[in-house]
Amino acid sequence: MVFEYAPAPESSAVVDIRASYGLFIDGEFVDGHGEPFKSINPADESVLADVARADESDVDRAVKAARTAYDTVWGPMPGRERAKYLYRIARLVQERSRELAVLESIDNGKPIRESRDVDVPLVAAWFFYYAGWADKLAHAGFGPDPRPVGVAGQVIPWNFPLLMLAWKIAPALACGNTVVLKPAETTPLTALLFADICRQADLPPGVVNIVTGAGDTGRALVAHDGIDKVAFTGSTEVGREIARVLAGTGRRLTLELGGKAANIVYEDAALDQAVEGIVNGIFFNQGHVCCAGSRLLVQESVAEEVLERLKARMATLRVGDPLDKNTDIGAINSAEQLAKIRELSAAGEAEGATAWSPPCELPARGFWFAPTVFTDVAQSHRIAREEIFGPVLSVLTFRTPDEAVTKANNTPYGLSAGIWTEKGAQILWTAQRLRAGVVWANTFNKFDPAAPFGGYKESGFGREGGRHGLEGYLSV
Amino acid sequence: MSDRMPERLAVRKTYKLFIGGAFPRSESGRSYVVTDAKGRFTANASQASRKDARDAVAATRKAFPGWSGRTPYNRGQILYRIAEMLEGRRDQFVGELRRAGASKGDAADEVDAAVDRWVWYAGWADKLAAVTGAANPVSGPYFNFSAPEPTGVVAVLAPDSPLLGLVSVVAPVIVSGNTCVVVASEPAPLPSITLAEVLATSDLPGGVVNVLTGRRAEIAPWLASHMDVNALDLTGAAAEDVRALESDAAGNLKRVFRGAETGWTADPGTARMTAFLETKTVWHPMGV
Repeated sequence: MVFEYAPAPESSAVVDIRASYGLFIDGEFVDGHGEPFKSINPADESVLADVARADESDVDRAVKAARTAYDTVWGPMPGRERAKYLYRIARLVQERSRELAVLESIDNGKPIRESRDVDVPLVAAWFFYYAGWADKLAHAGFGPDPRPVGVAGQVIPWNFPLLMLAWKIAPALACGNTVVLKPAETTPLTALLFADICRQADLPPGVVNIVTGAGDTGRALVAHDGIDKVAFTGSTEVGREIARVLAGTGRRLTLELGGKAANIVYEDAALDQAVEGIVNGIFFNQGHVCCAGSRLLVQESVAEEVLERLKARMATLRVGDPLDKNTDIGAINSAEQLAKIRELSAAGEAEGATAWSPPCELPARGFWFAPTVFTDVAQSHRIAREEIFGPVLSVLTFRTPDEAVTKANNTPYGLSAGIWTEKGAQILWTAQRLRAGVVWANTFNKFDPAAPFGGYKESGFGREGGRHGLEGYLSV
Repeated sequence: MSDRMPERLAVRKTYKLFIGGAFPRSESGRSYVVTDAKGRFTANASQASRKDARDAVAATRKAFPGWSGRTPYNRGQILYRIAEMLEGRRDQFVGELRRAGASKGDAADEVDAAVDRWVWYAGWADKLAAVTGAANPVSGPYFNFSAPEPTGVVAVLAPDSPLLGLVSVVAPVIVSGNTCVVVASEPAPLPSITLAEVLATSDLPGGVVNVLTGRRAEIAPWLASHMDVNALDLTGAAAEDVRALESDAAGNLKRVFRGAETGWTADPGTARMTAFLETKTVWHPMGV
C-alpha cells in the first residue's frame, strides 16, 4: 500500500511583502541611487518586490552612519546595555518567527520545514548567545579590556540569508562594533524585515545598516576606506578578490568560503543512519550549503549496499513547493545557480561518471533540480573537485582508512567533513587527520552558536560561533 | 714570502643554507658579502634563489605530517633541548653578535634572552590546546569540542634582530606543530645559520625549520605566492613590500600575520602562536 501525502501548505498570509523596499541607513528606509532590482520567488518565478540598489554614494552614507553610531552611541555604551538590545532582538525574532520563516522560504526557495525548524530558531539562538558575551568580553581570553574594531562591512550569501545575517551581526554588535551589511541580490527580503526588528527593538540608528544590491554594491562596501573590518561568506573566488582589495590596508578580514566536504562511510557504520546522514549532508537546503557533504567516500566492501539503500531513500524525497510542510527539497535559488548545477552535472557525465536520479516530477515553473547521485567518479573529475552547490552527490570508494583520509584531504578546500563508523577510536583517528574546520562524526550539518565554525586552507579563515567568533570583532 | 708567519691560521666557517636538515649552498652558486659593524669583510653568505625557496617549501611540507603528529610533550622537550644546545654555544653567539655590532653586554643579554625564549615557548607546547580549545555547550545531545591544530607550512620573514628576533618568530610557529621556511635578516644573516647548527643537533627533525639567507625582496614574493605555503609572517618585510606580498598571499588564501616589531625583550604574549593555528570543531551524538 502506498501512502499519498495531501498538500500541507503553510499560509503565506502571515507575511506582508511590500511592493518596494529601500535601503536601511541610519535607522530609516531610504531610496537608493542605483537602478532598483526585483527579488523573485524561485519556486514560481513571480516577482516579490522591487528592491533598492545601493551605489557608492549610498554605501558611503551607510558607512558614515555606522561610524557616527560607533563613535557616539554604540562604542561608548556599556556592554550590559548592548547585551539587552541583543536579547531584545533575539526575542523579537522568536516572536516573529513564523513570519520570518515563511518569508525566507518564499524569497529563497528552501522548504518551510527547514526555515521554520533550523534557520529561524538558530537566528534567535545566535543573538541570544552573543548577547550574553557583550558584558563578559574581559573574560573571553583576549586581554582585560578588549576593544571593538570599529565599523564592519559584511557581505553574506543567499543560501541562509537570515542565518548568515545573524552570524555576522550578533558577534559584531556584542563586541561593540557597528555594521553595514549587504545581503545577497537574490535574497534581500528577510534582511529588510530584520531592519524592522531593529526598529522595534529601538536599536540606535546607524548601528545596523543594510544596503541591498549586487556585486558592485559589495565591491563598494569592502573597498570603502571608512570600514575597519570585512567579513564575507561566499565563494572562494570572491573571497580571493576581497583579500586582494584589502592587501596592505591593515583592515581586518574574516572569510568563510567554499567547500567540497568528504563524507566518509566505513564498513562497520550503522548503514541506515549513515544513509540518513548522507541525505542530510547533500540534500539539506538543496545542497546550497558550503559545508555540504558533496563527496561520499564509502568503503569498497559496503559500497554497493550503501548505494542501494541511498537510492531507495532518495526515491522517498519530496521535491516541490517550499511552503508545503512535507517538502524535503525546495527550489534552486536562482536561474543562474540552476545553470551552474546543470553545467557541472553535464561535465560529470561528459567525463565518464554515471548520473542517477529518482523518478520525480518537477514543477513546470520555477528553478528545480532533481536530487542526483554520481557513481564511477574519479578524483580528477570536475564533480569531485569543484563546488557544485546543488543537490548533486559524487560517490568515490576507498579500501583503507589511510586512503580515505588521503582522498578526503585531496582538495584545496577544508571546511567540513563527515565520518560514519561505530568504532570510537577510528572516529578520533580519522577526525585528527582530516584537514577541515568542522568534523561531524555519525551526524552531519549540525550548527550551534556555541560551536566555532570555519575553514582550513582555501575555505577561508576566522571562526564564527563560540568564544572564537569574538576574535574577528575585537582589536586583539 | 712573508717573514711574519701567523701562529695559527683560523679555520673559517662556510655559511650555507639550511634545508631539510642539510646545509646546501645556494643552487644558484651565488653569495653576498656580509660585513661587520665597521664595514670589514666577515663572510660570504649564500644568496638563496627562487629554486632554493621552492626546495625549502618542499622540505617544509615533507616534515609537516611527522612534526605535527608528535605529541605536544615531545615537541616541548625538543624546544627545551634547543635551549640547552643554545646555552652550550653561548660564547659563539656572543661573538657573532659582537661582530654584527652589539656591545659585549648587549650581546650577552641577547643570547640569554634567546635561550630563555626557547624555554618559554617549550612550555607552551602542551598548554596551547587548553587555552585556545573549548568544550562547546551546544543545545542538543552532542559531545562537541574545538581544538587548535597547526596551520601547516609557514613562510616567515624574520626581522633584523639577528638572534632574539629570529628565535621570537620561529619558536611560536613550530611549537604548535607547524613547519617553516624562514628568510633570515638580510644584513645580519650569520647567526641564523649558526642557529641552524643548534637546531640540527637538538633532535628537531630535518625540514621543520629551513633557513634561507639572501635578498628578502627577491625571495619573499616566491614564498608569498607559493601554492603549498599556508601562512605568511611578514614581520621582517619592508613596509613598501607588504601590499604586494599580501596580494600574492591571497592566491591560496594564506593566513597573513603582520607582527609589530615592538622590541623583542617584551613579553611575547600568545598572538604569534594563535596566528598560525586552525580551530577544528568535532561533533558526535550522545546516546545509548
